[in-house]
Amino acid sequence: MSVPVIECIELKKYFDTPFGKLHAVDNVSFKLEAHKTLGIVGESGCGKSTLGRTILGLHKATSGKVLFDGREIQDLPAKQMKPLRKEMQIIFQDPYSSLNPRDTVSQIIAQPIRIQGILKTPSEIDARVQELMDIVGLGKRFANTYPHEMDGGRRQRVGIARALAMNPKFIVCDEPVSALDVSIQAQILNLMMDLQDQMGLTYLFITHNLAVVKHISDDIAVMYLGQMVEKSETEALFKDPLHPYTQALLKAIPIPEIGHRNSIKNVLKGEVTSPIEPKPGCRFAPRCPYATDACRSVEPQLKEVKKGHFVACHLFDDAKECTE
Amino acid sequence: MSEKLLEIKDLKVRYVVGKEVSEAVNGISLTLNKGETLGLVGETGAGKTTTALSIMNMLPQYVSRAEGEILFHGKNVLKMKNHELRKIRGKQISMVFQDPMTSLNPVYRVGEQIGEVLSLHEGKMPKEELRKRVGEILEMVGIPAARQDEYPHQFSGGMKQRVIIAIAIACRPELLIADEPTTALDVTIQAQVLDMMQELRDSLNSSILMITHDLGIVASFCDKVAIMYAGEIVEYGTLEDIFDRTKAHHPYTEGLFNAIPNLNVITPRLNPIHGLTPDPTELPKGCKFHPRCPYATDACKEGAVPVLTEGEHSIMCRRVKDRFKQAEKEEQA
Repeated sequence: MSVPVIECIELKKYFDTPFGKLHAVDNVSFKLEAHKTLGIVGESGCGKSTLGRTILGLHKATSGKVLFDGREIQDLPAKQMKPLRKEMQIIFQDPYSSLNPRDTVSQIIAQPIRIQGILKTPSEIDARVQELMDIVGLGKRFANTYPHEMDGGRRQRVGIARALAMNPKFIVCDEPVSALDVSIQAQILNLMMDLQDQMGLTYLFITHNLAVVKHISDDIAVMYLGQMVEKSETEALFKDPLHPYTQALLKAIPIPEIGHRNSIKNVLKGEVTSPIEPKPGCRFAPRCPYATDACRSVEPQLKEVKKGHFVACHLFDDAKECTE
Repeated sequence: MSEKLLEIKDLKVRYVVGKEVSEAVNGISLTLNKGETLGLVGETGAGKTTTALSIMNMLPQYVSRAEGEILFHGKNVLKMKNHELRKIRGKQISMVFQDPMTSLNPVYRVGEQIGEVLSLHEGKMPKEELRKRVGEILEMVGIPAARQDEYPHQFSGGMKQRVIIAIAIACRPELLIADEPTTALDVTIQAQVLDMMQELRDSLNSSILMITHDLGIVASFCDKVAIMYAGEIVEYGTLEDIFDRTKAHHPYTEGLFNAIPNLNVITPRLNPIHGLTPDPTELPKGCKFHPRCPYATDACKEGAVPVLTEGEHSIMCRRVKDRFKQAEKEEQA
C-alpha cells in the first residue's frame, strides 16, 4: 500500500484555560490516502477546525504525531516547515474575514508565491496569478478589485485560488461553503471536485453540513467533543450509522421532500457538555439514550466492527473485531 | 374559511442611499390566515428580511420608502402612528432574529429582558408575580426557571435562541415572524428548537412567518410556501404544490431544488444555478430571473411577467404560462 498523504497518530491538542485543560482534539488517529477526501463532521466546538489546524502545524500539537508523506512534521522548526507549507494549504470558512481588505485580488493570490519566492519577476507572477484566476473561474476584470467589492462566492474563489497557488498536494477545507447561498454553494463544490480530479488533490473537508459532506467525501469521520466516534466509507455510514450520536445527527437533518412534515423529532436531549477536563467514560453518555453504567466510567475505544467501519461505543463491545 | 390575519398588498420597498436606489421588495402580495405557517424562502438579498421588517414597520426610517398596504387585522401597519405600533410590537406581532449571539443585551439578566416585554404590555405587576411569569415562560422553552438570573453569556447558542423565542412569545402573539431562527445553530440543536416551536404553535395557535433558505426546514414545518427572488414572489403555493416535483414550477424553484445535495439521491455533480443574484440597484428588465434562466426567450427580457394561478398555486413565469395553455389545448382536443 502506498504511503498515506496524511497520517495522524494519537494526535492531541489541549488548550490551557483558567478552569483546566480544554480537550479540543483528543487521541485522534487516521490515515488519508492520496486523491481522497475525508469529511470531518461534528457540531460546533467538537474540535473539527482545531484538528485541521493542528495537522497543518498552525497549532502546536500537545502530543501525538502528524505524518506528511511518511515524514513526521509536528515538531519541525519553522525553517524546515516553510518548504512543506507549499504542499499543504487551507481554505477558510469565512471568505469575509480571511482575505486582507487592503490588498487587491491579484495581490492576495500572489502573496504565497512571493513569500515562497518561487517566481521572481513581476511578469511571471502576474502570469501565474492570471492562470490561477482562470482555474477558479474568476474573470480578468477582478484582478484589481478589493475583497469588499465582491460577493461571497467570488471571495471564496479567491481563497481557493490562493490555496492553489503553490500546487499543493493536500488542502484542509474548513467549512468552505457554509457561508454561501445554496446556488453558489453548488458552484463552489463542483469547482472543488473538478480541481481534485485535475490536480490530484487530497482534501480534509471539515463541515457540519451532512448533505454536503456526503456529496464530496470518500470517507467520513464523525467527531464528538474532540474524539473520533465513528469513521467509515461514506455510503456505509449513511446506510448503517452505528454510533448513537451519528444516528441522532442523521435523524436531525430536515429533508426537503413532502411527507416529512412534523418529521423533526427531538431525538437528542441536552447539549454538548464542556470539553474542559471531561469526566471519564464516554463523552456522549449524558445525551445518549442507551447509556449504561459502563459508559459513564470507561472510555470506549475506536474499534473496527465491520471492514473499514470504525466505531467507539460500548454497544459494540461484544462485536468481534474485524481482522480482515 | 379561516380568518385572515395578515394581508400584504403590492408591497414595494426601496432603500435610497445617496443617488443609489436599491429595489429590495418589488410588489409582493401575500395572505396569512390564523394558525397558518408560511415559509418564505430565498437567497441572500432576495428581500426576505426587508419584508419581515416592513410587517413590523421597523424599516430604517430615513433611507427606506415603503409603498403598498400591510393589513394586520384589517389595519394598515405602514400608516400607523408610533404609539399604535408600540402596542402591537411584541404583543400581537413579534419577531425572532437570526443571530442569537447579538440580539440579546449582554448587560441585562435574561429574566429582566423577558420581563420587560411583560411589564410593557401587561401593565405593572408585583415583582414576585413578574418573576413567576418569567419563570413559566422560560420553562415553556425548556430552560429551568432558576436560570432567569443569569446573563446571556452564560448560555449556549441554542439556549440563547430559546431565550429570544421566549421573549417573542411572552405575550402570546398572534403572529410570530421567525427570521432564520436556526441558521446559526447545530443540527441537533436546530431539531430541538424547531420541535419546540412546533409545540408552541400548536398550544398558542399562533401564525408563523418562517423565513429561511433551508428547504428541509420548510418541508418539515410549513403549510404554505412563498419563493422569493429579487424582491418578488416568483412562486407561491401549499407545501404539496411546491414540493411535488411532477408539477410545473418556476425555473428558479427548480434550480434551488437541483442545487442542494440530496441525502437520499446520489448525484455525481450538483447543478448550480448559473450566475449570481442581481444587484438590487440595477435589476434586469422584464423577468428578473431571465439572465440566469436556462429557458429564457426574447419575450422574457421585456415587459411584465404573467402570473399563472391554479387553485392556490401561483407561478410568475412566461414559460409556465405557455406550457399551461398548451396542456389546456391538448385537453380540449
